[in-house]
Amino acid sequence: MSFLNNYIYYIGAFGLIFIGLYIILVKRNLIKVIIGLSILDTGVNLFLISIGYIKRGTAPIFSRPGIEAARMVDPVPQALVLTAIVIGVAVLALALSLAIRLYQHYGTLNLRKIKEQRW
Amino acid sequence: MRKIIGLLLLGIVAWGIAVSLTRIPFGAPKTKVGRYYVDKGVRETGATNIVTSVVLNYRGFDTLGEVTVLFIATIGLGAVLTTSRRKKSERKIEPASLILYTGCRFLFPLILLFGTYIFIHGHLTPGGGFQGGAIIASAFVLIYLGCRGRRISELGSKLAESLGGLVFVIVGLVGLAVGGYFLINFLPKGIPNSLFSAGIIPIIYIAIGFKVGSELSSIIDNLVEESE
Repeated sequence: MSFLNNYIYYIGAFGLIFIGLYIILVKRNLIKVIIGLSILDTGVNLFLISIGYIKRGTAPIFSRPGIEAARMVDPVPQALVLTAIVIGVAVLALALSLAIRLYQHYGTLNLRKIKEQRW
Repeated sequence: MRKIIGLLLLGIVAWGIAVSLTRIPFGAPKTKVGRYYVDKGVRETGATNIVTSVVLNYRGFDTLGEVTVLFIATIGLGAVLTTSRRKKSERKIEPASLILYTGCRFLFPLILLFGTYIFIHGHLTPGGGFQGGAIIASAFVLIYLGCRGRRISELGSKLAESLGGLVFVIVGLVGLAVGGYFLINFLPKGIPNSLFSAGIIPIIYIAIGFKVGSELSSIIDNLVEESE
């Protein structure tokens, strides 16, 4: 039980990462691959945030006078994830636009049927 | 076959990660640099939100790079979709229902106001330019859903986007001229926890708010235009 208590966030984050990786490796529909990419992105963000967490920590904001600095969580991963989320949205939109173009060109989203994309 | 290979690869990766993760305890302080920012952040930058002071002061140059990535992704999306722009097929747009139409016209200014509040107070409360920009873009999604056929002006969004980027770079260059290195916080820090504090941080965050908001809404605009 203490194992779960200690590692539940890591397990959750890497669960999402592996679900995303599995989708990217196995699925043949391009839209599903993009969904997998998005899930993977979420997992990485969650993992970064959970690395910075400190037991019973507070948000790193001195909004009230009585907040002590010793109990604040690590602000660096939060600052990284802050920008990564917005960039993730933009990259997702870029991937979707490429999918639109591929569909217009080949008439299918099945990666098996798109010759140049086969692996 | 594909599934078996995929699962096998995942198993190997998972084993490697599990072995290395057991050495990283959850919930314990890990980096000294984070501790330094928390201890000295308010005094050195004037921003009470330490995440903001990391994003825009200690790692401001890094943020400029990230804003550039966002910009390039938007440009790429525009480039990929414009080449395929065919003749406008005159499809009839079904008007939204009365509730949606009225609600979106009522909520649009309020959401814009909320987004602006979020990025103006980025150095005091949770939030900032990236989050405020995303909220502003969500207001434009509402417009596309509710008031169909209405468009944001392309010139306006390009102008806001370019101005946001320019302000960021110019503030950095002024810092280079005044203080000796790029993005130095050359304005007075002020009293912590007041709106006019933290020097250049609110200025840059407002610029980022405009930039992110217009970029995300131009992404939405491009995708909506493609679907019609």
